[in-house]
Amino acid sequence: MQGRIHSLESFGTVDGPGVRFVVFVQGCPMRCAYCHNPDTWEMNAGTLMEPSEIIEQYERNAGFYKGGGITVTGGEPLMQPDFLIELFTLAKQKNIHTCIDSSGIAFNPDNAPLLEKLDHLMTLTDLVMLDIKHIDPEKHKELTAQPNTNILKFAAYLNEKHVDMWIRHVVIPGITDDDTYLFELGYFIGQFTNLRALDVLPYHTMGAAKYEKLGMEYKLKDVPAMDKDKLLDKKQVILDGIKKRRTQSS
Amino acid sequence: MRPEWKDFVGGKWDKEVNVRDFIQRNYHPYDGDEAFLAEATQNTKDLWAQVLDLQKKEREAGGVLDMDTKVVSTITSHGPGYLDKSKETIVGFQTDKPFKRSLQPYGGIRMAEKACSDNGYEVDPEISEFFSTHRKTHNAGCFDAYNAEMRACRSSHIITGLPDAYGRGRIIGDYRRVALYGIDRLIEDKQAQKDSTGRVMTDDVIRLREEISEQMIALKMMKEMAASYGCDISKPASNVQEAIQAVYFGYLCAVKEQNGAAMSLGRTSTFLDVYAERDLANGTFTEQQIQEFVDHFIMKLRCIKFARTPEYNQIFAGDPVWVTESLGGVGVDGRPMVTKMSFRYLHTLTNLGPSPEPNLTVLWSTRLPENWKKYCAKMSIQTSSIQYENDDLMRVTHGDDYGIACCVSSMVIGKEMQFFGARANVAKCLLYALNGGVDEVTKKQVGPKYRPVSGDVLDYDDVMSKFIDMLEWQADVYVNTLNIIHYMHDKYCYERAEMALHDRDVKRYFATGVAGLSIVADSLSAIKYAKVEVVRDEDGIIVDFKTTGEFPKYGNDDDRVDEIAQEVVHKFMTAIRRHHTYRNGVPTTSILTITSNVTYGKATGNTPDGRKKGQPFAPGANPMHGRDTHGAVASLSSVSKLPFNDAQDGISNTFTIIPGALGKEDQVFAGDIELDLNK
Repeated sequence: MQGRIHSLESFGTVDGPGVRFVVFVQGCPMRCAYCHNPDTWEMNAGTLMEPSEIIEQYERNAGFYKGGGITVTGGEPLMQPDFLIELFTLAKQKNIHTCIDSSGIAFNPDNAPLLEKLDHLMTLTDLVMLDIKHIDPEKHKELTAQPNTNILKFAAYLNEKHVDMWIRHVVIPGITDDDTYLFELGYFIGQFTNLRALDVLPYHTMGAAKYEKLGMEYKLKDVPAMDKDKLLDKKQVILDGIKKRRTQSS
Repeated sequence: MRPEWKDFVGGKWDKEVNVRDFIQRNYHPYDGDEAFLAEATQNTKDLWAQVLDLQKKEREAGGVLDMDTKVVSTITSHGPGYLDKSKETIVGFQTDKPFKRSLQPYGGIRMAEKACSDNGYEVDPEISEFFSTHRKTHNAGCFDAYNAEMRACRSSHIITGLPDAYGRGRIIGDYRRVALYGIDRLIEDKQAQKDSTGRVMTDDVIRLREEISEQMIALKMMKEMAASYGCDISKPASNVQEAIQAVYFGYLCAVKEQNGAAMSLGRTSTFLDVYAERDLANGTFTEQQIQEFVDHFIMKLRCIKFARTPEYNQIFAGDPVWVTESLGGVGVDGRPMVTKMSFRYLHTLTNLGPSPEPNLTVLWSTRLPENWKKYCAKMSIQTSSIQYENDDLMRVTHGDDYGIACCVSSMVIGKEMQFFGARANVAKCLLYALNGGVDEVTKKQVGPKYRPVSGDVLDYDDVMSKFIDMLEWQADVYVNTLNIIHYMHDKYCYERAEMALHDRDVKRYFATGVAGLSIVADSLSAIKYAKVEVVRDEDGIIVDFKTTGEFPKYGNDDDRVDEIAQEVVHKFMTAIRRHHTYRNGVPTTSILTITSNVTYGKATGNTPDGRKKGQPFAPGANPMHGRDTHGAVASLSSVSKLPFNDAQDGISNTFTIIPGALGKEDQVFAGDIELDLNK
């Protein structure tokens, strides 16, 4: 089963533990206003690649990925579950650490055939980095053009499947930096025992140039980059939310 | 056993000069973290403030604060010098005061004069006269013996950076011997060595006997020099302070007599830790005191200076001393050689601040203790001052008591040395192959008049065969030039202090080097996979190229071109190996022009890969700038495919990356949630 691939990066250091071979898949249904890879949105573009080709490239330089592994990001990896199952099956045969970086948007608890595939995929997945764009349903829709209902359910699903989870959250000045919502986000994820890390990402403006190149309008062109010091305060708010939930439940 | 060796585990080392045996029997691997380290003392802070002030004054004075123009530097030529005698726990400067550069004319009087005049000083005319008329220098010797072809190659820069007018360096004395045995024992040993030379007085035996005599004189002078500072190094050191002081005195003697292109320290930390552990156990010194000794030692190493010309500084990008100290690594028995002293050395980067010198080099192994790895990473992030080298690779050939000279040259301490040999410009050699030995810049016939390429489009097989022929010629003239250089260096500028701290029969590496590898690989790839048309000038000399079509470029983990690079290295090394080398030196080569790539580029015309005349080469074995488009691992992978067996003197890759691309900042990434919440 071939996958639709946007590109491959041989030296990924920010997408999971250790040095990682990063597979960017093509195609995403989300339209996040601040997405810095808008070139991966289109579903029918990209290059078709066999899972074995990807594993071969990984194996050539396996020495560099000790303590790391493969991360599939995108695009939205879960749009191609069959490809992922095949890729990760090969990876696990070679004892490679597997990680999916996902928005969770493709998850649907009412779609039985999909669920069956995901159940299988999760037995092959060591880590999911789930990017929750916004905890509030309305704000989420404004920001990404999609509801967050299934995304939040996906977190619960991962917890149930005992798949390690990192939560990622991009803090954008004036858009996703409201303390009330950040606390709420923390309170929400605090309930999950599979939560291993919180990865708070400062919004940067480097994506804007890509939009210009692609002739697309960049909706956040007046929004400044996130200040690093303030980011630490925001991270603390989320941590406080997690703490609150955990004190309540223990 | 001697009283100074009380509590040490005996072995071969107490009967023969064998520092490795002493270390292996006595060192304690440390797998803990850095929590034990002590802060800088007030004395350290005061002394370092003085050094910073001198550095500032030196910069304000245009780069040199003071130069000796009257006294030729020897081990004993200068009286003691101090920053503040009452505060220094480790003493000794190259001259009688800090930041005063010594006069070293044995490498070449003109270089010494120029180093002075370029900085606004003038060498005493009597000294100039003496070294021009009565005492020949290394430089004069080389030019007496060079033939016309060698001179032509030198001026056209197809062979370049040759150590024929400056000290070759790259020899590391086993300075630890001074501490462990004391000078008297080392002199006895040298006497025994001299008595054991062959009885038939061939050239080799005569030279060896004279050299050992010189070494013994140097040892006596070391004692005298130390005595002028009130230290007795005739006997073994009895505690860690004396041991550090003795090691430093040994090194100081070397830099008093040699202005070498790299004056490295060796592998001293784990050796010294044996003394530190004993002193801590006996209550002789506290951790704070020991750190102070180390801080003062490193501070002294940061003050090593040489008189050099602006041209020299241009080749080497500054006036580096390359006081390389190798830290860590793993023993052949599998025990990591990381000790508390390894931490103390790196800790000087905190106590004194970041610094390029001494060049603290971590011998990296996957089997190093995790705490040490973490500490190294932390210090690298904080100071950008640590170099890393692959111990797992080098241990195979060198064992566990080797050190790095300069940036990558590995040698077993006290048992191996290197004849440093600068580099052959192989990019230029490729152009000579195309033009039948005519230099593309000067238009002079420098190389042999082989048949140049004909036609307008380059054919890979034709070019490759011509290139290999020209490479054979280049290796021939290169090795023979180096034979002269090292003969003369031994004769007129012998490193007696460093060699006094070696065994009698040392293994000599005959180092050569390659510059322009990635250009040759990409050029040959262009000829093979794209279409390269030549542009000739009015004299029919090829001066430019028109390349159409795509071709694989070195640095993308693409075997089609990476294999060309490997083949060039192998062919070059094979050609080098075919030649007689001075004193049966073992030929090696390196691909490591870290700084001089700019200078070499200036002297080389347009190349078929699309590089323009005068443009810099890529440093070392790096892919050409901007041509590696598949990410860092692919780029590193191309480099790592180069055969170490054919480039045993080292392969370097200069890798620059913005911190954000190397990973997350600690404070942003929360890591393990449970731990973080307990705060």
